[in-house]
Amino acid sequence: MNFRARTAAGLAVAALLAIAGAARAESNVDPNPGVELVINGDTPITVRAKAPDYLEGHLDNIYSGWLYRIESTRAMEADDFENPAITFVEEGIDAWNTVEGTEGKSCASCHGDISEGMKGVRARMPAVNENGELWSLEDYINNCRVNRMGAEPYKWDKGPMKNMTAAISMQSRGMPMNVAVDGPAAPFWERGRDMYYTRYGLLQLSCASCHEKNNNNYIRGDHLSQGQIVGFPTYRLKKGGLVSIHNRLKGCIRDTRAETFPIGSQELRELELYVASRGNGLSVEGVAVRP
Amino acid sequence: MAAPKPRVKVPKSAAAGEPFTIKTLINHPMESGQRKDKQGNVIPQKIINRFTCDFNGTNVVDMTLHGAISTNPYIEFDAKIDAAGEFTFNWYDDDGSVYTAKKSIALA
Amino acid sequence: MSRLTQVEERPQMNITRRDALAIGAGGIAALAFAPAAFGATADEAIAAFTGGATPGEGGIDIKAPEIAENGNVVPIEVNAPGAEEILVLAPANPSAEIFSVKFGPAAGAQRFSTRARLAKTQDVTAIARMADGSFVMAKRTVKVTVGGCGG
Ligand code: HEC
Ligand code: HEC
Repeated sequence: MNFRARTAAGLAVAALLAIAGAARAESNVDPNPGVELVINGDTPITVRAKAPDYLEGHLDNIYSGWLYRIESTRAMEADDFENPAITFVEEGIDAWNTVEGTEGKSCASCHGDISEGMKGVRARMPAVNENGELWSLEDYINNCRVNRMGAEPYKWDKGPMKNMTAAISMQSRGMPMNVAVDGPAAPFWERGRDMYYTRYGLLQLSCASCHEKNNNNYIRGDHLSQGQIVGFPTYRLKKGGLVSIHNRLKGCIRDTRAETFPIGSQELRELELYVASRGNGLSVEGVAVRP
Repeated sequence: MAAPKPRVKVPKSAAAGEPFTIKTLINHPMESGQRKDKQGNVIPQKIINRFTCDFNGTNVVDMTLHGAISTNPYIEFDAKIDAAGEFTFNWYDDDGSVYTAKKSIALA
Repeated sequence: MSRLTQVEERPQMNITRRDALAIGAGGIAALAFAPAAFGATADEAIAAFTGGATPGEGGIDIKAPEIAENGNVVPIEVNAPGAEEILVLAPANPSAEIFSVKFGPAAGAQRFSTRARLAKTQDVTAIARMADGSFVMAKRTVKVTVGGCGG
């Protein structure tokens, strides 16, 4: 342990004294048995499922982050009227129908109504494109904007892109997450998996240290979930706005005190694919509400 | 930021004298005037400072908001009617703008 | 938003020493509020509202989560049957007033629900002015946790 690590550990000891001796909750058990999510009273969401085969030895069951939230936060997601993300979805749908760029086209000109054209798309993202590259939903959107509409690309982590990914995600609401992990996706998926289990940074933590070994426990007041991305982009109460998948992944890596990867980087695409695959079988939630 | 778009949820009809719930949501940053930017300068306050709901000209609620109301204010309350008519909702912005929504309701 | 109150069991981490040490040193959450005090204090706001009258107890109810996952959005519901006006305060915020509401003739109940920012753990306070000019007051403790991996 180098000097800086020692200092961090020293601080940590002080921070943890208060909780020493407290009971540890069992990880990877249902954090809220019997609690179901039905959005607007008519759209059931699968918030717990059997883990996919490739998680054998790691997880038996997978749980949506929704199940780990307190009742008032869960209630906000259960009713579109109370879900503050819906105004952003509406803005995304407006943009879908707006003509932009040199070709005089809107998204709707080619894809038709968003509810038909984008049904099921979020559930299989990220996905390998026809050139064998792994693309996130954001890449597909910008490809259409630049190469098919003659419009400026959206910035990955800015409002217009997040509104669009939110609007598109809504069209897969309730459908099972189902990203491809084999075939051309396999090498990307394997690299993403390696990242997930690599201990990073000054604090030497991997994603699994928190989200696999310690979900259902509390860390500085946060009820740790399995770190699923089926609800993205999510409305974060802390930010008062939408948060993209890469933004969240970047932040989680940064919190391990590691050098993090930029939003839109190949590393984060691969990590995104792997994390998405850990949710295969849960429903896409559209736009979730998280603290 | 996009122009605030108010959303209101009112039942299509209600029985005379029977209370029912109204929900409203508007997208607005509710800048509290208590945050600092990266340079350490205080970001000036810009909030919705008042919300009113009236039914056929009769007041339902008149709310004064302060900087402690969350971003994208959500407001829920109960109303009752004795005739068909129209609800008018007004959100008053610090910058002088007023955002209005209207919703009609029938007598059940 | 009918049942906002909730008691959570809070088991704590007791993981490998290395992970435990590391986790405690995790990132520091951004401050929601600048430290200086602004606006009215709770006492000033209460005095202005009641004109110095001492509020009674009962007849007013506050619903809020016992532990808020994020201080930026805390659902708060007040209910005071027969009230003309309700004032709601966060005494430990830099500026104590959250909101006040007057109920008109078309109100179906003297119940009101919104979402507020709480800078820290505190007793959310509500005072109602009743039709006869008397005042009633209630308090409810809301614990605010500082958290949020992925800033
Ligand atoms: C000129 C026609 C055209 C326009 C305009 C257009 N697209 Fe596309 N888009 C396509 C074609 C062709 C494909 C590839 C074939 C397919 O998957 O439908 C595609 C693919 C996509 C995909 C990947 C779908 C999948 O299942 O893999 C997304 C997402 C997408 N477009 C979003 C958008 C958005 C958002 C806009 C507006 C900003 C837009 N498109 C505008 C023609 C267009
Ligand atoms: C120090 C512990 C810690 C580590 C390490 C960590 N996270 Fe997190 N993560 C959290 C906490 C705390 C939250 C907020 C509570 C929750 O949803 O689990 C969170 C939230 C998330 C969420 C949002 C979940 C939702 O339901 O919206 C995702 C996704 C996520 N983490 C992914 C990752 C990934 C991928 C890694 C590895 C790069 C990682 N995390 C590493 C602590 C951690």
